[in-house]
Amino acid sequence: MTAPQPDPVLQPDPVLHSGAVGQPHSAPAVPALSIRGLAKRFGGKIAVDGISLDVPAGSFYGIVGPNGAGKTTTLSMATGLQRPDFGTAAVHGVDVWQRPLEAKRLMGILPDGVRLFDRLTGEQLITYAGLLRGMDKAVVAARVADLLIAMDLQDDAGTLVVDYSAGMTKKIALASALIHAPRLLVLDEPFEAVDPVSAANIRSILDGYVRSGGTVIVSSHVMDLVQRMCDHVAVVAGGRLLAAGTVDEVRAGATLEDRFVQLVGGRSHTEGLEWLRTS
Amino acid sequence: MVAHLLRLKLILLRNGLRRSPWQLVGMAFAGLYAVGVVATLVTALVLLRGQPDDLAQTVVVLVGSAAILGWGLVPLIASATDMTLDPARFTTFAIPMKQMLAGLALGGLIGIPGVATSLVALSTVVTWSRGVLPALAAFVGAVLGVLTCVVLAKVVTTATASLAASRRFKDISAIAFIVPLVLLGPLVAGLGQGISVSFGQLPGFVRTLSWTPLGAPWSIAGDVAAGQTGAAALKLLISVATLAALAWAWKLLLERALVTPPYAGSGKRKGGRLGLLALLPATPAGAVMARCLTYWLRDPRYSGSLVVIPLLPVVLAFQGAQTGDFTSLGVLAPLSAFILAWSISADVSYDNTAFALHLATGVRGVADRLGRALACLAFALPVVLVFALGYSALTGDWAGLPGQLGLSLGILFTGLGLSSVVSARYTVAVPLPGDSPFKKPPGNVGQTLAVQFGGLLVLMLLVLPEVGLLIAQVVTGNSLFGWLNLATGTVLGTGLFVAGVRLGGKWLEARGPELLAQVSVNR
Repeated sequence: MTAPQPDPVLQPDPVLHSGAVGQPHSAPAVPALSIRGLAKRFGGKIAVDGISLDVPAGSFYGIVGPNGAGKTTTLSMATGLQRPDFGTAAVHGVDVWQRPLEAKRLMGILPDGVRLFDRLTGEQLITYAGLLRGMDKAVVAARVADLLIAMDLQDDAGTLVVDYSAGMTKKIALASALIHAPRLLVLDEPFEAVDPVSAANIRSILDGYVRSGGTVIVSSHVMDLVQRMCDHVAVVAGGRLLAAGTVDEVRAGATLEDRFVQLVGGRSHTEGLEWLRTS
Repeated sequence: MVAHLLRLKLILLRNGLRRSPWQLVGMAFAGLYAVGVVATLVTALVLLRGQPDDLAQTVVVLVGSAAILGWGLVPLIASATDMTLDPARFTTFAIPMKQMLAGLALGGLIGIPGVATSLVALSTVVTWSRGVLPALAAFVGAVLGVLTCVVLAKVVTTATASLAASRRFKDISAIAFIVPLVLLGPLVAGLGQGISVSFGQLPGFVRTLSWTPLGAPWSIAGDVAAGQTGAAALKLLISVATLAALAWAWKLLLERALVTPPYAGSGKRKGGRLGLLALLPATPAGAVMARCLTYWLRDPRYSGSLVVIPLLPVVLAFQGAQTGDFTSLGVLAPLSAFILAWSISADVSYDNTAFALHLATGVRGVADRLGRALACLAFALPVVLVFALGYSALTGDWAGLPGQLGLSLGILFTGLGLSSVVSARYTVAVPLPGDSPFKKPPGNVGQTLAVQFGGLLVLMLLVLPEVGLLIAQVVTGNSLFGWLNLATGTVLGTGLFVAGVRLGGKWLEARGPELLAQVSVNR
């Protein structure tokens, strides 16, 4: 690490910033993530049906959609975890599927629904993620200590991840995605099962990260959270992009939740379950 | 309520069978096996009717005691015992304790072990049908004995239920289960010898046994037949008291279990101990190696196969000791080389979706492959060397050492190279992380078999030079072939190792996402 870094956890790595993109002068103009016509079919079911999206560098981008909308599949294809049938994805101008190793250096990924190497302790797991990326031992050690404190896991650092609660597991996975100070963070359902205090901690970490020039993409179906936290939002349903832009543009005066229900449809106004009413 | 619980158990059994035809096949096999055992025992007990009282008493008490012991021990060892009527699942229903106990106890009789035990126990009535009183006593004894079996099993399961939910206990019991399984042959043979040697003392042993809770219910009828009514009455008392004590203990444990949530993990532990990750080089390959070695020690799916290795010489040496010929120990080094090298051929399948971390970090394929192979090599190499040297030391056959080493090292290095390629391309159905090593998930059985057999075939072809040289040495007796073998095994083996790691790494980088998609099928 050549540049001095006051808080390595909170800042995207400036060395990677200029080095990997190869065109430092045009950096602000290149979107942090640019996907074009991504599509994926599982058997007879089309999971993602041609999604194109630009995530501006330095934005806090929320992707919302109902269950099974194709959020996870889209993010997996954009991060190199799942090969798309059609379309391309580029991180800061680096094509994810043409130059995967280079693109992955720029990204930190928190996939949803995958296991961790849970027979390692929390501390070992973050260290492992850092060493896998070829980072220097001393830098890894320093950042692991910082991350454990930031995630409030320092008292459980020596516990095996398999014995962690769901929220702790989420936090340790997030820490593993942050260790190399990526320029783009892609987090699939980062707040699921995380307690409110930890969620607030994580949010302030992410806010600081965005302020210092990093880009965060989160998927969620908690509209309220997205409206408060993100500056940009994309609404996805049925494998298609329904709306995208700044949060204010998308919600157009209404709350994000109302706008979302309006876009996605399907709210049923039944008066059922009368017997459940106690009074 | 008792009837409800019994019906629930039957429905669960039926629905379990409905889920997949394989369960039915498994049940059918277990049933056939049980029918065989039951038929043998019942025939023996019926035939015992014509034998002297002493012999009948000895056999009945021995078999009965073994049954009670078995019912008590099996839930301890088999972590996957029948939990269909797990009391914890009834917590939210308000079922009176008495009826719950009766229902669960009778429910324990439904199923193959329960029915088999009941049938065998009841046939002791035939054995003792030498008069009305002995037959009646045998019936009472059988009922008491079977109930003791069931309630004892329940006490053990309930007592260990909270323990069994803990990961550490599961891990340990899964590994501990392998040891008697591997040593089954020697154990049975040794036990048989021991019994035949001490056959004279058996009646005395049984007499003592009959005064313990294990043997008491089974010996009542024999004492009645022999006219020792006082002894019979005392043993009846012992049996009833045992059953009552067990039932009481069960009730207490159950009451506690219903209000205590299951054991929730170990306590907090501060960090600071990176273990092997700190010791090995801080490179991607070094990190992978450290992680794999940690898994070899901590994950029962890996350590299970590790436990087998030191037991192999025990089994082979036992066979050798019986014939006085220890040449069969010669297969130890090549065999363990093969087992260990081939064990990483499903490494990515064992990772399951945790492999996503390797994909997300963009670790180079070669580093991934090399780390895994070196982790295996780190203990496989010493094991193979010790086995090969040990064999030569034991038999004094030092001339054969170079040849044996050549073959073993050839198999080890070639196998590791081949495994590196295979696990980069194919996934097989393996137990999921955290599951028992014995629990194979259903899934691409066809591909699993094809990969395993195809891989073995290729490995055999690749080590043909070493095998040929070994045969040449045995046939001609010329030790030059042995040295040639050592050279071939090391040089050719290392070459294939490097080639395998490279090719596997290339494939891994090209097909990482597809591999992740394949392992995601089983999760």
